[in-house]
Formats: sequence, C-alpha cells, structure tokens
Amino acid sequence: MSTIDLGSLGVDCGAHLLLDRTLSRLAPGQKVEVSGTDVNLGFHLPVWARSRGHRFVSGPPPTIVRGDVDSNRLSGAIRAGVTSDVVDQAPASWGLAARGALVETGGPPLVGADLNERDVVWSEVAPRLYAQAAAGQWDPATAIDWTPPGLPAEIEAAVVQTMTYLIENEQAALTVPARFLGRIHPHFREVVGFLATQVADEARHVEVFTRRAGLCGHLLGVSGAGGRASLQTLVDEPEWSNASFLLSVLGEGSFLSLLSFLQRHAPDPVTARVAQLAQVDEARHVSFALGHLGEFVTHRPVGRDRLRAALERRHDALVSTSGLSAAVHDSLVVLAAGSWDPAAIGIGWEAVQDLQRDMDEGRRRRLVRLGFTETQAEEMSALHTKNFM
Amino acid sequence: MSDTIVLGAVAYDPKVVTIWDGFRAWLRQRGCDMDYVLYSNYERQVEDLVARRLSVAWNSPLAWVRARRLDPSAQAVLMRDTDRDLTSVVVVRSDSPVNDVAELAGRVVGTGAIDSPQATLIPLDLMGELPISVRRFDVGIGLHGDHIGGERDAARALAAGEIDAACMIDANHLRFAAEGILPAGSTRVIAQTPLYDHCNMTALGGSSPALEQFTALLLGMDYADATARPLLDLEGLTRWVPGRTSGYEPLESAVDRAGFYDRKGEVTADEYRP
Ligand SMILES: [Fe+2]
Ligand SMILES: [Fe+2]
Repeated sequence: MSTIDLGSLGVDCGAHLLLDRTLSRLAPGQKVEVSGTDVNLGFHLPVWARSRGHRFVSGPPPTIVRGDVDSNRLSGAIRAGVTSDVVDQAPASWGLAARGALVETGGPPLVGADLNERDVVWSEVAPRLYAQAAAGQWDPATAIDWTPPGLPAEIEAAVVQTMTYLIENEQAALTVPARFLGRIHPHFREVVGFLATQVADEARHVEVFTRRAGLCGHLLGVSGAGGRASLQTLVDEPEWSNASFLLSVLGEGSFLSLLSFLQRHAPDPVTARVAQLAQVDEARHVSFALGHLGEFVTHRPVGRDRLRAALERRHDALVSTSGLSAAVHDSLVVLAAGSWDPAAIGIGWEAVQDLQRDMDEGRRRRLVRLGFTETQAEEMSALHTKNFM
Repeated sequence: MSDTIVLGAVAYDPKVVTIWDGFRAWLRQRGCDMDYVLYSNYERQVEDLVARRLSVAWNSPLAWVRARRLDPSAQAVLMRDTDRDLTSVVVVRSDSPVNDVAELAGRVVGTGAIDSPQATLIPLDLMGELPISVRRFDVGIGLHGDHIGGERDAARALAAGEIDAACMIDANHLRFAAEGILPAGSTRVIAQTPLYDHCNMTALGGSSPALEQFTALLLGMDYADATARPLLDLEGLTRWVPGRTSGYEPLESAVDRAGFYDRKGEVTADEYRP
C-alpha cells in the first residue's frame, strides 16, 4: 500500500500535484493512503478524486483507488515522428504538435496544411539555410548610412523609378512564400522557418527600397501595367513547386544579376548598399529553391516536365503584355550612365545589354543544375518574363 | 414513438448544443436513432416527459423528484459517474465567530437560485427551522442550479462581508478557490450535507428495444475511445453508470420542507416563475 503525506498543503493549493505524481506510479485499481492536516482535505479529496475518475474511500485512513482515466486519455496516442528526422508524409492528425511530441488522439486535424509530403516540401538544405537566415537578419536602421546623396535631379529620378519597380517586385516575392507558409505541414519545421525568414527578408527589402526612393523628397515613379501583370501570374500560381521555380529560381535568380548591376553602377552609396544587402538575402532564397527543387525532380521523374509546363503557361499568359516597362529599362540606362553625356548613355546602354545577357546565363546555369539539358535551358530561359522577376 | 429516442435536455449554456449534437452523431453512427429537444427550463421538460413527448429526459435531481411524483413509473436509467455521492457545504469566512450551523441563528445565509438543489434546497434543509435570514442569489431560475451564477454570487457576497455564510456544492468550493473568489484559507466549512446524487437520465415505465440500445451504447462509452472522450469531457463524466434512485432522499426531504412541489408533483413554491 502506498502512502502520501500532503503535510499542510490543501487540494486548493496544489496538493493535487503530489496526488497525481503518486498515483501515476500505480496501476489502475491500486490504492494510496492519504494523510495531511489541511482542514478542508476531508471533503476536497473526494471532490478531486471524483472529477479525475478515481475512487475515494473515506477510511480512516482516507484512501484513493486509482482509476483508469489518466491512462485512457493517452490510449492510442502516438509520437509525431522523431525530433531529428522528417517522415515521408506528415498526417493531418498530428495537427500543430511539435515534431516528436506525444499526440493525444481526438484533437482537431490540421486543416489546410496540404503540403505534407517530404518529396514535395522537404529539403536537406533547409536546416542550414534557416540557421544562416536567422543569423543574417540585418537592421535597416543601422546597416545603411541614410545620408541623402544629392544627385542631379534627373539621375535621382532614374534611381527613384528603379526603386519603384523593385518595390512591387519585392512585394510579390513576399506574397508568394507567405501564401504557402500555412499550407506547409509544420512537421517540416525548418522549411516553414526558412520561408518565414524569406518573408521577413522581403519585407525589409520593400522597406529599404521605399526609403531610398523617398530619400531626396522625390515622388515615386510609374508602376507599369505590364510589370504588374507579370507579377500577378506569380502570385496566382497555385502549385508550390511551380511557384518556387518561377519566383526563386528564375525570378530571384535574375534579380541576383540586377542587384549586382545596381551595386556596380549605382550613382550613390545608399543605392549600392541596399542592393548589396538585398543581394545576400536573395542568394539564400535562390539556394533554397535550387536545393528543394533539385531534390523534388530527383524524387519525381515528371517534376521537370511540370516545371517547364508552368513556365510555358506563364509565358503564354504574358504574351500579349509589354514585359519590362520602357520607363524601367531607360532608368536603368540613365542610372548606369550617371550623366546625360552621349558617351555615358552609350556605356549605360551597353551595361543594360550586359545585364540581360548575365541574367540569361544565370538562368541557364541554374536550369542545368536542375537537370535540364543545355538546349532545354536555353529555350526555357528565353521564355522567362521580360519583366525579370 | 417508433424507434427514435427523443431526448430532452435543458439549454443552461450554449455548449449544450455541442454536447447533444455530439452524442447524437456518436449514437447514430452506432445505429441508435437519437434526436434531442432543448428546453429553457426543467419544468416544461418534465411535463413533456410525463406527457410522453420524450423518450428520455436528462434531468436535474429536482426534475427527477418532480417526474417521480408526477408519474411513479419514472425510472432512472443512467447517470454520470460524477453524479454520485456529492455533498454541499456551508461556508463562513475564516475569521467568522460562527463554528457550527446552530450559531447561524439570527445571521444572513446566502444561497443559490430558488430552485438550486445543491446551493439552496438541500443546504437549507440542513438548517431546519433555525431562525436565519436567507439571501437568495437568483440567477438562471428554472435551470435547477445548472447555472452556477447564483452560487458564485453568494460566494462573492461572502468574501465581501455582505453575508455571514454561503451554501455551495463541494466541487464549487474548490472551483471558487481556483477562480480566486474564495482564496484558499479565506473560508471555513462549518457544515456538510449528507451524500446525495445529482442528474439522471429519466424514462417512464417499461422498456423498449430502442431504449435498451440507447442505454447499452452509452454505458459502453469508453474514455479510451478518442471519438467518445471529447463528449465525456464536455459533459463532465468519465463514464456512464446505471441509474440508481437511492441518492435522492436528502432532496425529497428538502422539497417537502420547502414546499417546492407537492406530493403529486405540482409546483407549489412561492415566487418560482421559471
Ligand atoms: Fe527581395
Ligand atoms: Fe527573395
């Protein structure tokens, strides 16, 4: 027979913890004799026992016979995998439980987290890239010297138009992963975590480009209809792998070239710095997409065909739109020229031609990394939106 | 009434819909065609039961007492494990000079609603003819104390020093401590009622295959079953047990002393307008 002395502790002051602890070591049907000096113990004990499915015998000495409610509550409970590895398919019944937690049955299934297959969601690079992203968050207030540069008005206007274009692209890059975040089963914690940092990165990019645009008091530039049409097709892509491919491999991949271009040709240090900081983040977004899509096409032989089909669909949808607006293209030329001298404009023009060749080479290189042939990569790169993202 | 079990229950809280929707689905999946009807008070539920508009009524102990008086064939077919062997207590502040019930003479005793078995009728019966002044906290009249608002208000009044003693069911003494209304150590129990039983599932006379199936299914509900557990948790039991009628004597006596119902089951209490 077990005994438990509660001392002067009452059931209304936490004595039930001691009772629970003692009873948890007994099998249903086994008894524990309870002693204690709290004045209310005599009637609180039976109340507590009744509410917890135990039997109370008034004694003396007062005795509790362990019921089976506590053990039955966990009947059928299973572990949500193990902390250190991911399963092939995470069931909805695990809900929001931590990976590796003991999941009591009967809770609500996780609704909406339909991206629950390892082949589709998981990437071996996710834990490392998540850690890198968490360590690499920078503070726009301190990472950049926001002293207004004092450029000639027309050069400043070219910078502002470029920023206006970048902001809406960053907004699309924020919206796309944010839309998928809640659909990814939380079992794949590092993937969810990485995408959360990606969303935060894009929010920062929107902020710093907005701040640079307004730094010298100029009104923002034009948001072209064709550019927005192109971005809308990204936001509308319903399939995770396709969205990741179009946004991160092709779009953000192209942006790596654009951000390099801005660093090299920026007429002022603030523009160069915001481009540099954004580029570090973008390189991580591209790496993640290449990592997880590389694994995806290895596991799913039809994966490459589906990615290509998504690219073709987007191209067809955009065929009647204008692509990159002339205002954006010309502002890049002026920005790189740094002046209206004909020779400088000629150099700026050449630099933008180089930029487009650099983007194309980058896209082809990444497509080859995903297992497309050189010929396929060349055809596919040409189908990518003229709006860059 | 064909094979459908029509169950009556009182809607003392919005969760009652969730509870009986859940039981209905659970029972129907197992071949028992149950539907339920909700009442705003127990008196009409009991009247419909004896008029045989219901197959079973999920009755408060007071509703059981009335049903039995209106129709002696009433039987308690089921109850919750948590309906058995309850008590009520009479509580004073710890610094009160009152040490037992007799010393409440001439003092103010707070109770729950007029029709609360556990916070009014049974504890007042304990005080017999003692000359006390009763201050009733009438919340949820007609709900037979299922709504514990009155009990809670009495406990608050006790803590505030407005009354000398308060009556409540034993479990609520713990609950009000947890809610911070009667912090541990702030009160002293001066009396406890005899053991009594609480709710039961009441049916009239005889049995039927449908009623037997209904009873057997509920008795078989297993806390280890994840489809049953949320319903059991919500209704506050760990298993259904067969009904027994041996635990209603304290309330029968209290009803007689208070003149709440007459021997035929007619409502005779003054000021009771459910
Ligand atoms: Fe970005
Ligand atoms: Fe990005």
